[in-house]
Amino acid sequence: MHRSLVWILIILMSAALYLVFIWSPIEKVMGNVQKIFYFHVGSAWVAFLAFGVVFVYSILFLIKRKRSYDMIAGISAEIGVLFTAIVLTTGPIWGRSAWNTWWTWEPRLTTTFILFFLYLAYIFIRRMDGAWEKKARLAAVFGIISFIDVPIVFMAIRWWNSKLHPIVFGDAPNQSGGGIEGEMLATLLFCLGVITLLYIVLLQKGIYIEKTKLAVENYKKITYR
Amino acid sequence: MRDLIISALAITWKDLYAEWRTKQVLSTMLIFSGLVIVTFSFAFDPTNNTVRAVIPGMIWVITIFAGILGLNRSFISEQYNDSLHGLIVSPIDPSSIYLGKFLSNFIIVLFVQIITIPLLFILFEYKMNGNILLFVLVLFLGSVGFICVGTFLAALSANSRSSEMLLPIILFPVISPIVIAAVQSTRILLIDVEEIESLFSWISLMAGYDLLFFVFCFFLFEFIMEV
Repeated sequence: MHRSLVWILIILMSAALYLVFIWSPIEKVMGNVQKIFYFHVGSAWVAFLAFGVVFVYSILFLIKRKRSYDMIAGISAEIGVLFTAIVLTTGPIWGRSAWNTWWTWEPRLTTTFILFFLYLAYIFIRRMDGAWEKKARLAAVFGIISFIDVPIVFMAIRWWNSKLHPIVFGDAPNQSGGGIEGEMLATLLFCLGVITLLYIVLLQKGIYIEKTKLAVENYKKITYR
Repeated sequence: MRDLIISALAITWKDLYAEWRTKQVLSTMLIFSGLVIVTFSFAFDPTNNTVRAVIPGMIWVITIFAGILGLNRSFISEQYNDSLHGLIVSPIDPSSIYLGKFLSNFIIVLFVQIITIPLLFILFEYKMNGNILLFVLVLFLGSVGFICVGTFLAALSANSRSSEMLLPIILFPVISPIVIAAVQSTRILLIDVEEIESLFSWISLMAGYDLLFFVFCFFLFEFIMEV
Protein backbone atom coordinates (compact mmCIF):
# COMPACT_ATOMS: atom_id res chain seq x y z
CA MET A 1 0.00 0.00 0.00
CA HIS A 2 2.73 2.46 1.03
CA ARG A 3 5.04 1.54 -1.79
CA SER A 4 2.36 1.63 -4.47
CA LEU A 5 1.28 5.08 -3.27
CA VAL A 6 4.86 6.29 -3.55
CA TRP A 7 5.10 4.95 -7.11
CA ILE A 8 1.82 6.58 -8.09
CA LEU A 9 3.10 9.80 -6.56
CA ILE A 10 6.33 9.66 -8.56
CA ILE A 11 4.43 9.16 -11.81
CA LEU A 12 1.93 11.92 -11.04
CA MET A 13 4.73 14.24 -9.92
CA SER A 14 6.51 13.91 -13.23
CA ALA A 15 3.21 14.47 -15.02
CA ALA A 16 2.69 17.61 -12.94
CA LEU A 17 6.19 18.85 -13.77
CA TYR A 18 5.47 18.24 -17.45
CA LEU A 19 2.19 20.13 -17.21
CA VAL A 20 3.76 23.02 -15.33
CA PHE A 21 6.89 23.53 -17.37
CA ILE A 22 5.97 22.39 -20.89
CA TRP A 23 2.25 22.08 -21.43
CA SER A 24 0.83 25.18 -19.70
CA PRO A 25 1.30 28.51 -21.49
CA ILE A 26 3.80 31.09 -20.33
CA GLU A 27 2.25 34.08 -18.60
CA LYS A 28 2.56 37.26 -20.65
CA VAL A 29 3.58 39.79 -18.02
CA MET A 30 5.60 37.76 -15.56
CA GLY A 31 7.03 35.16 -17.88
CA ASN A 32 8.56 32.00 -16.51
CA VAL A 33 8.46 33.19 -12.91
CA GLN A 34 4.73 32.71 -12.91
CA LYS A 35 5.27 28.92 -12.87
CA ILE A 36 6.20 29.10 -9.19
CA PHE A 37 2.54 29.95 -8.61
CA TYR A 38 1.45 26.31 -9.03
CA PHE A 39 3.71 25.04 -6.25
CA HIS A 40 3.06 28.09 -4.11
CA VAL A 41 -0.70 27.70 -4.11
CA GLY A 42 -0.44 23.95 -3.71
CA SER A 43 1.82 24.26 -0.68
CA ALA A 44 -0.43 26.87 0.90
CA TRP A 45 -3.44 24.61 0.47
CA VAL A 46 -1.62 21.63 1.99
CA ALA A 47 -0.44 23.77 4.91
CA PHE A 48 -4.02 24.77 5.70
CA LEU A 49 -5.19 21.19 5.26
CA ALA A 50 -2.45 19.96 7.61
CA PHE A 51 -3.38 22.51 10.29
CA GLY A 52 -7.02 21.60 9.90
CA VAL A 53 -6.08 17.97 10.50
CA VAL A 54 -4.17 19.06 13.63
CA PHE A 55 -7.30 20.83 14.87
CA VAL A 56 -9.63 17.89 14.24
CA TYR A 57 -7.31 15.28 15.75
CA SER A 58 -6.59 17.53 18.76
CA ILE A 59 -10.30 17.60 19.57
CA LEU A 60 -10.59 13.86 18.94
CA PHE A 61 -7.63 13.24 21.24
CA LEU A 62 -9.14 15.26 24.09
CA ILE A 63 -12.33 13.20 23.77
CA LYS A 64 -10.99 9.70 23.13
CA ARG A 65 -7.40 9.88 24.51
CA LYS A 66 -5.98 7.56 21.88
CA ARG A 67 -2.26 7.76 21.27
CA SER A 68 -2.64 7.41 17.50
CA TYR A 69 -4.73 10.60 17.32
CA ASP A 70 -1.98 12.51 19.08
CA MET A 71 0.56 11.01 16.72
CA ILE A 72 -1.38 12.08 13.61
CA ALA A 73 -1.81 15.62 14.95
CA GLY A 74 1.90 15.94 15.71
CA ILE A 75 3.07 14.67 12.33
CA SER A 76 0.51 16.76 10.50
CA ALA A 77 1.75 19.88 12.30
CA GLU A 78 5.32 19.11 11.28
CA ILE A 79 4.30 18.67 7.64
CA GLY A 80 2.25 21.87 7.85
CA VAL A 81 5.22 23.84 9.14
CA LEU A 82 7.34 22.41 6.33
CA PHE A 83 4.83 23.48 3.68
CA THR A 84 4.37 26.90 5.28
CA ALA A 85 8.13 27.28 5.01
CA ILE A 86 7.87 26.41 1.30
CA VAL A 87 5.11 29.00 0.88
CA LEU A 88 7.21 31.60 2.68
CA THR A 89 10.23 30.94 0.47
CA THR A 90 8.50 30.64 -2.89
CA GLY A 91 6.37 33.72 -2.18
CA PRO A 92 9.28 36.19 -1.91
CA ILE A 93 10.91 34.72 -5.05
CA TRP A 94 7.69 35.39 -6.93
CA GLY A 95 7.18 38.75 -5.22
CA ARG A 96 10.66 39.91 -6.14
CA SER A 97 9.76 39.83 -9.83
CA ALA A 98 6.07 40.70 -9.51
CA TRP A 99 6.12 43.43 -6.85
CA ASN A 100 9.84 44.26 -7.08
CA THR A 101 10.31 43.56 -3.40
CA TRP A 102 11.13 40.45 -1.39
CA TRP A 103 8.74 41.11 1.41
CA THR A 104 6.00 43.58 2.24
CA TRP A 105 3.98 43.58 5.42
CA GLU A 106 0.90 42.89 3.41
CA PRO A 107 -1.87 41.25 5.49
CA ARG A 108 -1.74 37.86 3.85
CA LEU A 109 2.03 37.63 4.23
CA THR A 110 1.88 38.72 7.86
CA THR A 111 -0.80 36.19 8.73
CA THR A 112 1.11 33.38 7.08
CA PHE A 113 4.22 34.37 8.99
CA ILE A 114 2.29 34.29 12.28
CA LEU A 115 0.85 30.90 11.31
CA PHE A 116 4.38 29.58 10.86
CA PHE A 117 5.40 30.70 14.34
CA LEU A 118 2.21 29.38 15.93
CA TYR A 119 2.87 25.86 14.76
CA LEU A 120 6.57 26.10 15.56
CA ALA A 121 5.39 26.85 19.10
CA TYR A 122 3.13 23.79 18.87
CA ILE A 123 6.14 21.64 18.00
CA PHE A 124 8.04 23.20 20.92
CA ILE A 125 5.29 22.05 23.27
CA ARG A 126 5.51 18.54 21.86
CA ARG A 127 9.26 18.54 22.50
CA MET A 128 8.75 19.42 26.17
CA ASP A 129 10.01 17.06 28.85
CA GLY A 130 7.61 14.76 30.62
CA ALA A 131 5.27 11.87 30.03
CA TRP A 132 3.60 11.58 26.63
CA GLU A 133 0.05 11.83 28.03
CA LYS A 134 0.81 15.22 29.54
CA LYS A 135 2.55 16.53 26.44
CA ALA A 136 -0.18 15.22 24.16
CA ARG A 137 -2.90 16.83 26.27
CA LEU A 138 -1.17 20.22 26.38
CA ALA A 139 -0.30 20.10 22.68
CA ALA A 140 -3.91 19.25 21.82
CA VAL A 141 -5.15 22.22 23.82
CA PHE A 142 -2.65 24.48 22.10
CA GLY A 143 -3.56 23.01 18.71
CA ILE A 144 -7.17 24.06 19.27
CA ILE A 145 -6.28 27.52 20.59
CA SER A 146 -3.87 28.30 17.79
CA PHE A 147 -6.32 27.22 15.10
CA ILE A 148 -9.01 29.64 16.24
CA ASP A 149 -6.41 32.38 15.97
CA VAL A 150 -6.20 32.03 12.19
CA PRO A 151 -9.72 33.18 11.22
CA ILE A 152 -9.43 36.12 13.61
CA VAL A 153 -6.24 37.25 11.96
CA PHE A 154 -7.89 36.95 8.58
CA MET A 155 -10.91 38.95 9.67
CA ALA A 156 -8.76 41.70 11.14
CA ILE A 157 -7.04 41.94 7.82
CA ARG A 158 -10.27 42.36 5.93
CA TRP A 159 -11.33 45.22 8.20
CA TRP A 160 -7.94 46.77 7.96
CA ASN A 161 -7.92 46.50 4.18
CA SER A 162 -11.35 47.96 3.71
CA LYS A 163 -10.50 51.01 5.80
CA LEU A 164 -6.89 51.85 5.09
CA HIS A 165 -5.67 49.81 2.14
CA PRO A 166 -8.43 49.35 -0.38
CA ILE A 167 -6.09 47.85 -2.98
CA VAL A 168 -5.46 44.16 -2.45
CA PHE A 169 -2.49 42.82 -4.27
CA GLY A 170 -1.88 39.23 -3.90
CA ASP A 171 -1.82 35.89 -5.51
CA ALA A 172 -5.02 34.60 -4.00
CA PRO A 173 -6.46 31.98 -6.30
CA ASN A 174 -9.99 33.34 -5.96
CA GLN A 175 -8.91 36.70 -7.35
CA SER A 176 -7.19 35.40 -10.43
CA GLY A 177 -9.50 32.38 -10.68
CA GLY A 178 -11.98 34.21 -12.88
CA GLY A 179 -9.49 35.47 -15.42
CA ILE A 180 -7.18 32.48 -15.45
CA GLU A 181 -6.41 30.61 -18.67
CA GLY A 182 -8.18 27.26 -18.94
CA GLU A 183 -4.97 25.29 -19.32
CA MET A 184 -3.41 27.09 -16.38
CA LEU A 185 -6.41 26.31 -14.21
CA ALA A 186 -6.23 22.63 -15.18
CA THR A 187 -2.52 22.55 -14.32
CA LEU A 188 -3.18 24.28 -11.01
CA LEU A 189 -5.89 21.84 -10.04
CA PHE A 190 -3.72 18.90 -11.03
CA CYS A 191 -0.86 20.28 -8.95
CA LEU A 192 -3.16 20.74 -5.96
CA GLY A 193 -4.18 17.09 -6.24
CA VAL A 194 -0.62 15.84 -6.54
CA ILE A 195 0.62 17.89 -3.59
CA THR A 196 -2.29 16.66 -1.50
CA LEU A 197 -1.22 13.12 -2.37
CA LEU A 198 2.32 14.05 -1.29
CA TYR A 199 0.88 15.15 2.04
CA ILE A 200 -0.90 11.82 2.46
CA VAL A 201 2.27 9.89 1.66
CA LEU A 202 4.31 12.00 4.10
CA LEU A 203 1.68 11.54 6.79
CA GLN A 204 1.70 7.77 6.32
CA LYS A 205 5.48 7.61 6.45
CA GLY A 206 5.50 9.78 9.57
CA ILE A 207 3.03 7.54 11.35
CA TYR A 208 5.04 4.48 10.33
CA ILE A 209 8.25 6.00 11.73
CA GLU A 210 6.56 7.05 14.98
CA LYS A 211 5.09 3.58 15.46
CA THR A 212 8.50 2.02 14.87
CA LYS A 213 10.03 4.33 17.46
CA LEU A 214 7.37 3.32 19.94
CA ALA A 215 8.00 -0.34 19.29
CA VAL A 216 11.74 0.13 19.84
CA GLU A 217 11.08 1.95 23.11
CA ASN A 218 8.87 -0.85 24.31
CA TYR A 219 11.58 -3.44 23.53
CA LYS A 220 14.09 -1.34 25.48
CA LYS A 221 11.79 -1.23 28.48
CA ILE A 222 11.44 -5.00 28.40
CA THR A 223 15.18 -5.67 28.18
CA TYR A 224 16.22 -3.20 30.89
CA ARG A 225 13.62 -4.25 33.39
CA MET B 1 -21.99 29.94 39.20
CA ARG B 2 -21.94 31.80 42.52
CA ASP B 3 -19.55 29.27 44.06
CA LEU B 4 -17.31 29.61 41.03
CA ILE B 5 -17.01 33.36 41.45
CA ILE B 6 -16.56 33.19 45.22
CA SER B 7 -13.74 30.65 44.96
CA ALA B 8 -12.19 32.64 42.11
CA LEU B 9 -12.21 35.77 44.23
CA ALA B 10 -10.67 33.81 47.11
CA ILE B 11 -7.80 32.75 44.83
CA THR B 12 -7.38 36.32 43.59
CA TRP B 13 -7.30 37.59 47.15
CA LYS B 14 -4.76 34.94 48.16
CA ASP B 15 -2.51 35.85 45.21
CA LEU B 16 -2.70 39.56 45.77
CA TYR B 17 -2.15 39.15 49.51
CA ALA B 18 0.91 36.96 48.93
CA GLU B 19 2.16 39.55 46.47
CA TRP B 20 1.51 42.33 48.97
CA ARG B 21 3.58 40.50 51.59
CA THR B 22 6.64 40.07 49.38
CA LYS B 23 6.12 42.73 46.67
CA GLN B 24 8.56 40.61 44.67
CA VAL B 25 6.83 40.43 41.29
CA LEU B 26 5.44 43.94 41.32
CA SER B 27 8.77 45.57 42.16
CA THR B 28 10.53 43.50 39.49
CA MET B 29 7.96 44.51 36.91
CA LEU B 30 8.14 48.19 37.84
CA ILE B 31 11.95 48.29 37.83
CA PHE B 32 11.99 46.43 34.54
CA SER B 33 9.54 48.85 32.90
CA GLY B 34 11.55 51.78 34.22
CA LEU B 35 14.66 50.32 32.66
CA VAL B 36 12.83 49.78 29.37
CA ILE B 37 11.80 53.46 29.36
CA VAL B 38 15.39 54.51 30.06
CA THR B 39 16.64 52.30 27.23
CA PHE B 40 14.04 53.78 24.90
CA SER B 41 15.14 57.29 25.84
CA PHE B 42 18.65 56.36 24.74
CA ALA B 43 17.39 54.74 21.56
CA PHE B 44 15.08 57.60 20.57
CA ASP B 45 16.01 61.12 21.58
CA PRO B 46 13.05 62.27 23.78
CA THR B 47 13.40 65.93 22.79
CA ASN B 48 12.85 65.03 19.16
CA ASN B 49 9.34 65.62 17.90
CA THR B 50 9.19 62.50 15.72
CA VAL B 51 9.47 60.35 18.84
CA ARG B 52 5.74 60.80 19.33
CA ALA B 53 5.33 58.18 16.63
CA VAL B 54 6.89 55.41 18.75
CA ILE B 55 4.95 56.09 21.96
CA PRO B 56 2.01 53.74 21.13
CA GLY B 57 4.42 50.89 20.45
CA MET B 58 6.35 51.63 23.64
CA ILE B 59 3.22 51.47 25.80
CA TRP B 60 2.49 47.95 24.61
CA VAL B 61 6.08 46.75 24.61
CA ILE B 62 6.34 47.76 28.26
CA THR B 63 2.98 46.18 29.15
CA ILE B 64 3.72 42.90 27.44
CA PHE B 65 7.34 42.46 28.50
CA ALA B 66 6.61 43.38 32.09
CA GLY B 67 3.45 41.27 31.99
CA ILE B 68 5.38 38.17 30.94
CA LEU B 69 7.57 38.49 34.03
CA GLY B 70 4.48 38.35 36.21
CA LEU B 71 2.75 35.62 34.22
CA ASN B 72 5.78 33.36 34.53
CA ARG B 73 5.62 33.59 38.31
CA SER B 74 1.89 33.15 38.71
CA PHE B 75 1.89 29.37 38.29
CA ILE B 76 5.52 28.52 39.05
CA SER B 77 5.23 30.06 42.49
CA GLU B 78 2.41 27.60 43.16
CA GLN B 79 4.67 24.67 42.44
CA TYR B 80 7.23 25.34 45.19
CA ASN B 81 5.30 23.69 47.99
CA ASP B 82 3.23 21.66 45.57
CA SER B 83 0.32 23.96 46.26
CA LEU B 84 -0.80 23.57 42.65
CA HIS B 85 -1.86 20.03 43.58
CA GLY B 86 -3.68 21.54 46.51
CA LEU B 87 -5.59 23.79 44.16
CA ILE B 88 -6.42 20.90 41.84
CA VAL B 89 -7.76 18.61 44.57
CA SER B 90 -9.66 21.36 46.35
CA PRO B 91 -13.44 21.04 45.89
CA ILE B 92 -13.76 23.86 43.36
CA ASP B 93 -14.28 24.02 39.62
CA PRO B 94 -10.94 24.13 37.74
CA SER B 95 -12.26 27.10 35.78
CA SER B 96 -12.40 29.16 38.96
CA ILE B 97 -8.62 28.69 39.35
CA TYR B 98 -8.30 30.21 35.90
CA LEU B 99 -10.68 33.04 36.73
CA GLY B 100 -8.90 33.82 39.99
CA LYS B 101 -5.46 33.78 38.45
CA PHE B 102 -6.70 35.86 35.54
CA LEU B 103 -8.05 38.53 37.89
CA SER B 104 -4.93 38.73 40.03
CA ASN B 105 -2.63 38.94 37.00
CA PHE B 106 -4.89 41.54 35.46
CA ILE B 107 -4.87 43.72 38.57
CA ILE B 108 -1.08 43.55 38.80
CA VAL B 109 -0.63 44.50 35.13
CA LEU B 110 -3.17 47.31 35.53
CA PHE B 111 -1.19 48.62 38.47
CA VAL B 112 2.02 48.58 36.43
CA GLN B 113 0.24 50.43 33.61
CA ILE B 114 -1.12 53.07 35.96
CA ILE B 115 2.40 53.86 37.10
CA THR B 116 4.42 53.47 33.91
CA ILE B 117 2.22 55.17 31.32
CA PRO B 118 2.10 58.57 33.07
CA LEU B 119 5.83 58.18 33.73
CA LEU B 120 6.39 57.55 30.04
CA PHE B 121 4.33 60.59 29.10
CA ILE B 122 6.22 62.79 31.57
CA LEU B 123 9.68 61.61 30.59
CA PHE B 124 8.94 61.95 26.88
CA GLU B 125 7.14 65.27 27.37
CA TYR B 126 4.03 63.98 25.67
CA LYS B 127 0.83 65.93 26.21
CA MET B 128 -2.29 63.82 26.12
CA ASN B 129 -4.91 65.66 24.10
CA GLY B 130 -7.04 62.80 22.79
CA ASN B 131 -10.09 61.20 24.33
CA ILE B 132 -8.95 59.82 27.70
CA LEU B 133 -11.97 57.56 28.18
CA LEU B 134 -11.38 55.86 24.83
CA PHE B 135 -7.71 55.52 25.67
CA VAL B 136 -8.58 53.78 28.94
CA LEU B 137 -10.99 51.51 27.07
CA VAL B 138 -8.28 50.52 24.59
CA LEU B 139 -5.82 49.84 27.40
CA PHE B 140 -8.44 47.78 29.20
CA LEU B 141 -9.45 45.66 26.19
CA GLY B 142 -5.84 45.07 25.12
CA SER B 143 -4.73 44.04 28.60
CA VAL B 144 -7.73 41.75 29.08
CA GLY B 145 -6.90 39.88 25.87
CA PHE B 146 -3.22 39.66 26.69
CA ILE B 147 -3.73 38.48 30.28
CA CYS B 148 -6.53 36.09 29.34
CA VAL B 149 -4.34 34.18 26.88
CA GLY B 150 -1.23 34.77 28.98
CA THR B 151 -2.66 33.21 32.14
CA PHE B 152 -3.85 30.20 30.16
CA LEU B 153 -0.53 29.61 28.43
CA ALA B 154 1.40 30.26 31.66
CA ALA B 155 -0.54 27.39 33.18
CA LEU B 156 0.29 25.30 30.11
CA SER B 157 4.00 26.07 30.14
CA ALA B 158 4.28 25.63 33.93
CA ASN B 159 4.21 21.89 33.19
CA SER B 160 7.60 22.16 31.58
CA ARG B 161 10.90 22.51 33.43
CA SER B 162 12.02 25.26 31.04
CA SER B 163 8.79 27.25 31.36
CA GLU B 164 10.48 30.67 31.36
CA MET B 165 11.78 29.95 27.89
CA LEU B 166 8.65 28.25 26.62
CA LEU B 167 6.09 30.90 27.62
CA PRO B 168 7.25 33.78 25.36
CA ILE B 169 7.63 31.45 22.39
CA ILE B 170 4.10 30.10 22.62
CA LEU B 171 2.51 33.35 23.82
CA PHE B 172 3.67 35.91 21.23
CA PRO B 173 2.18 34.28 18.11
CA VAL B 174 -1.19 33.72 19.78
CA ILE B 175 -1.50 37.29 21.05
CA SER B 176 -0.26 38.86 17.82
CA PRO B 177 -3.79 39.91 16.67
CA ILE B 178 -4.47 41.71 19.92
CA VAL B 179 -1.05 43.35 19.87
CA ILE B 180 -1.62 44.59 16.31
CA ALA B 181 -5.09 45.89 17.19
CA ALA B 182 -3.97 47.47 20.47
CA VAL B 183 -0.98 49.27 18.94
CA GLN B 184 -3.03 50.47 15.96
CA SER B 185 -5.88 51.81 18.06
CA THR B 186 -3.47 53.48 20.50
CA ARG B 187 -1.70 55.05 17.53
CA ILE B 188 -5.01 56.35 16.16
CA LEU B 189 -5.96 57.81 19.54
CA LEU B 190 -2.62 59.44 20.29
CA ILE B 191 -1.31 60.49 16.89
CA ASP B 192 -3.61 60.04 13.89
CA VAL B 193 -6.79 61.43 15.37
CA GLU B 194 -8.20 62.06 11.90
CA GLU B 195 -8.54 58.29 11.32
CA ILE B 196 -10.90 58.02 14.26
CA GLU B 197 -13.61 56.19 12.32
CA SER B 198 -11.37 53.15 11.78
CA LEU B 199 -10.75 53.03 15.54
CA PHE B 200 -14.06 51.31 16.16
CA SER B 201 -13.30 48.35 13.92
CA TRP B 202 -10.07 47.82 15.88
CA ILE B 203 -11.93 48.10 19.17
CA SER B 204 -14.57 45.62 18.04
CA LEU B 205 -11.79 43.27 16.91
CA MET B 206 -10.26 43.46 20.40
CA ALA B 207 -13.61 42.92 22.08
CA GLY B 208 -14.32 39.91 19.86
CA TYR B 209 -10.86 38.48 20.50
CA ASP B 210 -11.26 38.93 24.26
CA LEU B 211 -14.64 37.26 24.31
CA LEU B 212 -13.67 34.33 22.07
CA PHE B 213 -10.42 33.55 23.82
CA PHE B 214 -11.90 34.02 27.26
CA VAL B 215 -14.60 31.45 26.50
CA PHE B 216 -12.15 28.97 24.95
CA CYS B 217 -9.59 29.33 27.74
CA PHE B 218 -12.28 29.08 30.38
CA PHE B 219 -13.54 25.75 29.06
CA LEU B 220 -10.21 24.25 28.01
CA PHE B 221 -8.53 25.07 31.32
CA GLU B 222 -9.59 21.85 33.02
CA PHE B 223 -7.68 19.84 30.41
CA ILE B 224 -4.51 21.68 31.39
CA MET B 225 -5.06 21.17 35.10
CA GLU B 226 -5.36 17.38 34.92
CA VAL B 227 -2.54 15.61 36.70
